[in-house]
Amino acid sequence: MTALLDIEGLTKAYPGVVANDDVSFSIQPGEVHALLGENGAGKSTLVKMIYGLVTPDRGTMRLRGAPYAPPEPRAARAAGVAMVFQHFSLFEALSVAENIALGMENPPKPRDLAARIREVSETYGLPLDPFRLVGDLSAGERQRVEIIRCLLQDPKLLIMDEPTSVLTPQEVEILFHTLRKLAAEGTAILYISHKLEEIRALCDAATILRTGKKVSTCTPREVTAAHMAELMVGKSLSVPARDAHEPGAVLLAVAGLSLSSGSPFGTSLRDVTFEVRAGEVLGIGGVAGNGQDELLAVLSGETPVAGGAVTLKGVAVGTLGPNARRERGLLCAPEERLGHAAAPDMSLTENALLTGRKRKALESRGFVDWRRTRDFAEDIIARFDVRTPGPGVAARALSGGNLQKFVIGREILQDPTVLVVNQPTWGVDASAAAAIRQALLDLAQKGAAVIVISQDLDELLEISDRFCALNEGRLSPPRPARGLSMEDIGLMLGGAHDMHEVAL
Amino acid sequence: MIIDPVTLIVALITVATPVLLAAIGELVVEKSGVLNLGVEGMMIMGAVCGFITAQQTGSVALAFAAGMGGGMALALVFAVLTQVLMANQVASGLALTLFGLGLAALLGAGYSGLPVPSVTRPFPEALRDIPVAGPILFSHSILIYIAIGIVAAVWYVLTRTRIGLVIRAVGENHDAAHALGYKVVRIRFATILFGGACAGLGGAFLSVVRVQNWFDGMTAGAGWIALALVVFASWKPWRVLLGAWLFGGIAALQLRLQAADVGVPVALLDASPYIVTIVVLVIISSDRRRAALNAPAALGRVFHASS
Repeated sequence: MTALLDIEGLTKAYPGVVANDDVSFSIQPGEVHALLGENGAGKSTLVKMIYGLVTPDRGTMRLRGAPYAPPEPRAARAAGVAMVFQHFSLFEALSVAENIALGMENPPKPRDLAARIREVSETYGLPLDPFRLVGDLSAGERQRVEIIRCLLQDPKLLIMDEPTSVLTPQEVEILFHTLRKLAAEGTAILYISHKLEEIRALCDAATILRTGKKVSTCTPREVTAAHMAELMVGKSLSVPARDAHEPGAVLLAVAGLSLSSGSPFGTSLRDVTFEVRAGEVLGIGGVAGNGQDELLAVLSGETPVAGGAVTLKGVAVGTLGPNARRERGLLCAPEERLGHAAAPDMSLTENALLTGRKRKALESRGFVDWRRTRDFAEDIIARFDVRTPGPGVAARALSGGNLQKFVIGREILQDPTVLVVNQPTWGVDASAAAAIRQALLDLAQKGAAVIVISQDLDELLEISDRFCALNEGRLSPPRPARGLSMEDIGLMLGGAHDMHEVAL
Repeated sequence: MIIDPVTLIVALITVATPVLLAAIGELVVEKSGVLNLGVEGMMIMGAVCGFITAQQTGSVALAFAAGMGGGMALALVFAVLTQVLMANQVASGLALTLFGLGLAALLGAGYSGLPVPSVTRPFPEALRDIPVAGPILFSHSILIYIAIGIVAAVWYVLTRTRIGLVIRAVGENHDAAHALGYKVVRIRFATILFGGACAGLGGAFLSVVRVQNWFDGMTAGAGWIALALVVFASWKPWRVLLGAWLFGGIAALQLRLQAADVGVPVALLDASPYIVTIVVLVIISSDRRRAALNAPAALGRVFHASS
């Protein structure tokens, strides 16, 4: 049998970095093939070459035996290659049908297209209303739009870039059901993920990349997740740990918080109530877009609320702004690193000043003490293993993981009473993620209260004492994290949106 | 009162047309995600090019073509600056206005007060003599009907056709449009040129049809009102028409009030079309969530096809 896609010696170099170095592998029809690797291992560049977004420097591809070198995505789609992007390439202000029409070469009339969308979505168990605005859909539903857009082109190879990072466990099950059905019909699937258990459940073969090179292949069902992790990282990883302890006094309490969102696609918070105690890690799970950003803005002081809605050590702080809250010990690290947690074009020293100004006494009488500020930045760099030439480097120049270590380190070294982090390890590679989690646990160990907002449920189960879920702006009552199963959590997250009628 | 509603309506349609043409062009530009603040400059270039051509050739059709050409030439400068050289759109647009005003003054020197040919009216005398409906519906120059036709065409293309969908997609999320294989820069070039042609045509209408004269700075902020109209009309073509007629109506009315010598300061009357238009459109678009929904999300952002 000839392979569906044969990749031979593919190489792509960017200034200063070789993204792919002589990568070769092949995918059979009907095979679910995993592409594994840490951030920066070259997975994205590789699939972009297959999808025609990037032209390789060297190497050849063959699709069903014929030479294949797509100059642009249009050509790739015409050849039967479709891709579901990690960051959805959708248009929020357009309807589902319009979004799908944009991804087709010769879309039928709107009414016929709507009928076809309904047909395909029912065949594959992905219910979707063609006339709803994409901006009103949940992350799982948006992914269905992308998948249906691909399926309408009847692809021979479907590329999926980290498809499950935004889904609830139940939605993941539905997705896998769809993918298995597609594979059974002969469609090959190239599946990129770093969730190893998922890959063991779904994939027939795996190719592992490290720093742009293919380092290994394996059959995921026959090896352990830990073994694959070691192949990816090149060393074994330690699991974060800390001693058992009793939680102390309540440090931060939020009571009856409701807030309507000002933007068309934002989420309103509804009657959010919780408290965190000294030495405790509270995990807040949930799929992105269910109120996480709004909740963080309320806690940080970017969105002021009624005074009594947020209390810090018994004092009402709801009306205070971010700087006043920082002075009192409530620190936050938002999700978006470039532009929210850090100013991209300013140096690390300047970024250290931005939140550490008061608590680290980096200024006196309105003048900045640059020496102290630089010392603070260097301290963060040294203590949190931030890989950078020095504190004078612009924040933009750091990789995502390194900047995240800097951002989290900057808050932790200010010795917070309460620290709120949103997506602390999003887009961060495994070893840096482990270091960040350990630092959060160490902080709680020293008596601070830590709130971790995250979509990564494994991460929350690993480090939280108590777990609650944010779903459509509502926060579930917290439950002890020990002993919670994925099933329980999925139900807390609201299960799968609109999926009740689908038999699995 | 000496104000005759029929002549007022006829006048308002004429006064509104330059603003309407410029605004409908800018609407398409902004829907594709580009903010061109050079409307005023493109309009006055259209006005001077149209006037000179009309004076030299005696052909009104050529004058309108020259007006569109003048606007497009300036728009081309803007397109190259912002789409190829990736200059800041706000700064480039402001520079374009200043450049256009200066260049038009230079080109138009010596043309003030020269005669231009009159413009044909498409409907026969008999129709125009029908009481009330005749003057309002059939007495205008052909360009006014064309302008309304352009509004209808823009509405149809943007909401009902594939090219309109692609334009809206590019303005909504240029990275996603690029990932799907659409030529973001090429589409934006085309819309910027369309916007320049519309603004230039509006300017030519102003100098050749409405005022039938040329003087420095004759657009008098009409380009800026066009920009404001687009935003406060929530990027909807029919609302732009409504806003332009409202603006024209107040402008025509206040001239008559000035003539009638009512007890309101002249300066306030002069400012009234701008104030009333903006206040009314702000009230119409006061539901911020709905307005934000129609706003092109990528408006004014530089597109860099790096990956």
